[in-house]
Amino acid sequence: MIGNNRMLRKQSFARDFKNNRVYLLLLIPAIVYVIIFNYIPMGGAVIAFKNYNYSAGIFGSAWVGLKNFRFLLISNKLWTLTRNTLAYNFAFIVIGMFLEVMFAVIINEMRSRWFKKTFQSFMFLPFFVSWVVAVSVIQTLLDYDNGLVTRIVESFGGNMTNIYTTAAPWPFLLVFFRMWKGVGYGTIIYLSAVTSIDQEMYEAADIDGANSWQKVFKVTIPNLVPTMIIMFLLAVGQIFRGDFGMFFQLVGNNGVLLETADILDLYVYRALSSGTNLGMSAAAGLYQSVLCFATIMTVNYIVKKIQPDYTLF
Amino acid sequence: MIAVKGRRIPPNEVAFRSLGYILLFIFGMLCVIPFYLIIVSSFASEQALISHGFQLFPSEWSLDAYGFVFTNPARIGRAYFNTVFVTIVGTTFSLMMSTLTGYVLSRPQFKWRNFFSFFFFFTTLFNGGLTPWYILLTRGLHLKNTYFALILPLMFSVWNMIIAKNYMKGIPFEISESAKIDGAGELRIYARLYMPIAKPLLATLGLFAALAYWNDWYHSMLFNTDENLQSLQYFLQDMLSTIQALKDLVAQGNAELVKGISLPTTGMKMAMTVVVTGPIIFLYPLVQRYFVKGLTIGAVKG
Repeated sequence: MIGNNRMLRKQSFARDFKNNRVYLLLLIPAIVYVIIFNYIPMGGAVIAFKNYNYSAGIFGSAWVGLKNFRFLLISNKLWTLTRNTLAYNFAFIVIGMFLEVMFAVIINEMRSRWFKKTFQSFMFLPFFVSWVVAVSVIQTLLDYDNGLVTRIVESFGGNMTNIYTTAAPWPFLLVFFRMWKGVGYGTIIYLSAVTSIDQEMYEAADIDGANSWQKVFKVTIPNLVPTMIIMFLLAVGQIFRGDFGMFFQLVGNNGVLLETADILDLYVYRALSSGTNLGMSAAAGLYQSVLCFATIMTVNYIVKKIQPDYTLF
Repeated sequence: MIAVKGRRIPPNEVAFRSLGYILLFIFGMLCVIPFYLIIVSSFASEQALISHGFQLFPSEWSLDAYGFVFTNPARIGRAYFNTVFVTIVGTTFSLMMSTLTGYVLSRPQFKWRNFFSFFFFFTTLFNGGLTPWYILLTRGLHLKNTYFALILPLMFSVWNMIIAKNYMKGIPFEISESAKIDGAGELRIYARLYMPIAKPLLATLGLFAALAYWNDWYHSMLFNTDENLQSLQYFLQDMLSTIQALKDLVAQGNAELVKGISLPTTGMKMAMTVVVTGPIIFLYPLVQRYFVKGLTIGAVKG
């Protein structure tokens, strides 16, 4: 009886395989790719528990248990790095979502087509350039010697601080730069969600005598909630991973600025590029990944309990 | 919404609309003015830049900065070639992989579509971190100082694949069914039927991939120490950080150390930035009309 079942199952698997073989064949490139570039490095994360040395390789290096993690803890940096990474990302998510939804609503309500089109394109411009270019673009405004804002402030008798030698303004600057570069793109995502809202809802609101404010808060924004939740979940899944490109190009290795602007990703990179303790750099990376994974699983679970339609997976 | 002609707009609506115009105007200007400044400053004379800083209308024009940029055409030419080559090859492969994979996972007849969707999606939830990945690429695959180091890491994006999958789910299923009855195979349906319909998708994903490749400095920094194999963005970054290092030396009172080294001028930095950003900006108007349609960010489920 059992043997019979197994044979049946084998047969049906063979049949399924035959029916789906074209699909499987077409998937091969992507499967091979993620195995090599994603799944194998996941296994390679074991070096976080090893004293990695180049000549012995991953398998040959000696196990050291949690020593790398212990070093991270006693170096006293872990708490600051984690707090900074989390706080910056939290600010990016909340302020970013606020601005993106706001601009999507504003653009949607706007009557003047050319104004809408022109300024939407302007907003989208910073999305097109790398952080390398963004830094020199931003310098035209804030450069200590020549920046336009600096010169204007000076001409009114004010005094601009050299932003590269003072740590205090960086939390604001980083939020500002991130918004500058990302809000245009985020606005487009919400805008495409706005355009799919059923026009009859607005007509019904008109009949009920709703004004523009009421239509925005009672029709448009409630209809954007699913998109907002998905964007939120996508961002929360990376909440312990900083925007390396931005932090590296703006802050880099500037010791003064690192006081307020050091994040886990910069630390991992520094540990890797110094080449002295790869085990510790891997430990910090694994710590990030585990925290991200735990966060997204928890948040997705909570969303599932409240409103199953809105979950990410 | 259709404006009713002749109806007076109530005051709170006027406030509502004006506020919108003002906010969008301010933000839009903040985004565009620095780019405008970069461009005009690259055509300003060094003297004007030194005495007046960056100006909306430079007091003196000059083409010297561009002359400086191209005094050493070999290295910048090489970097330009590398970036163009990597962008074209990478974008092509990236588009093929994300749309083909998205197509397969959008087929309702594919029995294991949910399993494989999750197999791909999981890589966005968890990863091994930078270090093991770096060791694999350098020690395992020996990609250091090759074009592969610039092309492969950006070649497949699970997010782009998910966008492709969701887009193709929205294409009426009858199209592929009737083609199948006519005897067309899956690859043929994908290439001959779906790809021509999916132009907005191709424009959107093509833009994402092209931007990722064009703007990449990170992989050059990590893997390619050979100057002949570095990207344009990394070339700019390298130049800017050299300037900064020299400036720091001067600021610390070590001016005699940098004596005899001619510091690249502010104008040249601006001209470099313009040259490096270059053609990618022109992609925007080309893809703009497809963009909103192509971006269907949906859940990963099903």
